[in-house]
Amino acid sequence: MQSLTNRSKQVSNKEMTLIERAYLPAILNGMLITIKHFFRKKATIKYPEVKREFAPVYRGMHVLKRDENGAERCTACGLCAVACPAEAITMTSAERKPGEEKLFREEKYASVYEINMLRCIFCGDCEDACPKEAIFLTDRIVPSDSLREKFVYGKDLLVEGVEENKRVDISKRQTKEVLEFKNNKELQHNRLK
Amino acid sequence: MMSLIIYKSILVLIVFGITLFIAMYSTYAERKIAAFLQDRLGPNRAGPFGILQPVADGLKMFMKEEIIPGVSNKFLFILGPSLSMLTCLMTGTVIPWGSSLHIGGGEYSLQVADVNIGILYLLGVTSVGVYGIMIGGWASNNKFALLGALRASSQMISYELGMGLAIIALVMTTGTLSIGEIAAQQHGGHWNIIYQPLGFLIFIICAFAETNRAPFDLPECETELVGGYHTEYSSMKLGFYLFAEYINMFISSAIIATLYFGGFNMPFIGRFIHEPNTLVLLGTFFLFSKIFFFIFLFMWVRWTLPRFRYDQLMNLGWKGLIPLAILNIAITGIVMWLTGKIN
Ligand code: SF4
Ligand code: SF4
Repeated sequence: MQSLTNRSKQVSNKEMTLIERAYLPAILNGMLITIKHFFRKKATIKYPEVKREFAPVYRGMHVLKRDENGAERCTACGLCAVACPAEAITMTSAERKPGEEKLFREEKYASVYEINMLRCIFCGDCEDACPKEAIFLTDRIVPSDSLREKFVYGKDLLVEGVEENKRVDISKRQTKEVLEFKNNKELQHNRLK
Repeated sequence: MMSLIIYKSILVLIVFGITLFIAMYSTYAERKIAAFLQDRLGPNRAGPFGILQPVADGLKMFMKEEIIPGVSNKFLFILGPSLSMLTCLMTGTVIPWGSSLHIGGGEYSLQVADVNIGILYLLGVTSVGVYGIMIGGWASNNKFALLGALRASSQMISYELGMGLAIIALVMTTGTLSIGEIAAQQHGGHWNIIYQPLGFLIFIICAFAETNRAPFDLPECETELVGGYHTEYSSMKLGFYLFAEYINMFISSAIIATLYFGGFNMPFIGRFIHEPNTLVLLGTFFLFSKIFFFIFLFMWVRWTLPRFRYDQLMNLGWKGLIPLAILNIAITGIVMWLTGKIN
């Protein structure tokens, strides 16, 4: 049988020799192994000072994007809520009043948009489902808390700021390939819309 | 006479302080070494490199709520950790921390008490140490604690025998029971390890067992016994038990270094330095470096070997070490007879 790793050992019921039964060579061998680790480079990352780099595809806390003019892109179509396997997203839609064009891009917008971060499994399906490029997962981590209520994130936490420096960078997730993929009507997932 | 008493009291206090200090920093070293052997960094937040960690640990121990179980025997419950602490501190007095200093015409020995039955005293006091564990485990009125205490005492008895027999062979070659004398005899590179390699091996294994360190830490086995003999203990009383273990480790290392590794002697050093007092202080320094090496060895072994199963432990003690120790005595006797040391 082919083994999965190169570390497998043949097992046998052979009687141990006197040297083996004295265990001392085995013990010394073990101590040699541990002392080698003593001088090895350590795997620990000192967290607050040094941060571990995330993979570009890391899926963390969501962001609701604004467009170039600062208007919210989300049109409260509900596709993300439908796509969400964990049913973490709920929203209430509202109609845009005259004079609010600066705030919302489409005639319909989400007056309430909530993601329950305890339900979310960070699968990224909402991101894939969104036709308006409104929701993205980012490299930010959802902070911990001791109260469950605090994990229902509303628009106050999800929508990015208007100012240039408060925008959340999602360019790594919005590559040309992704856009192409989204526009490919051949694919099952895009046909459904 | 009066000055002698004052000198000895000061020496006792210094030995006390050093012992406690080293035990304190052994806890830190233990965590650091464990971490390093496992590719981690260990404590590094309290102070630079985490050197204030033992202080923080101690503070935490003091601040913790103190619980004495209602069903326990209160007097014995408090006596247990105190006894553990007392006995392990008592052993430091017979260890020669160096030879004699010459100050202003007077001669000041760095050994607190050079009793001429030092080894017997050591064996006796360390055996009393198990009472601390036994009493503590029994007084908790908890089955797990009692089991841990039972294990500790049976382990202590089994390995005390092996240790005693190993020492008998040593005493045969040195011809004295005084530890100061044994240390002095190893002057000039005649370390006992050369004459008693097997005895040393038996002794060090027994020392591991006596200090309840891994792989012999059956009295405190989280997986089987919740916590072992100190299951019911909290706050500084638990701290005393844990601390006593570290003091024991320090004293054991000191004994091993003194009995088998020349104590405060270092070969060839007398050729370079002739000022006697400097030589004495250097000797103390060498003794401590040997001690630190053995403390490191204790920890190194602990983080390498898994814990014994109970029957394996007993087998090793009774069927392995004791016959070996007797064999060692016989061999020592024959060799001494052949070389004409005895007739
Ligand atoms: S990442 Fe997945 S689970 Fe989380 S909200 Fe989006 S679709 Fe739902
Ligand atoms: S799919 Fe996009 S546009 Fe539709 S509700 Fe969700 S975030 Fe808004």
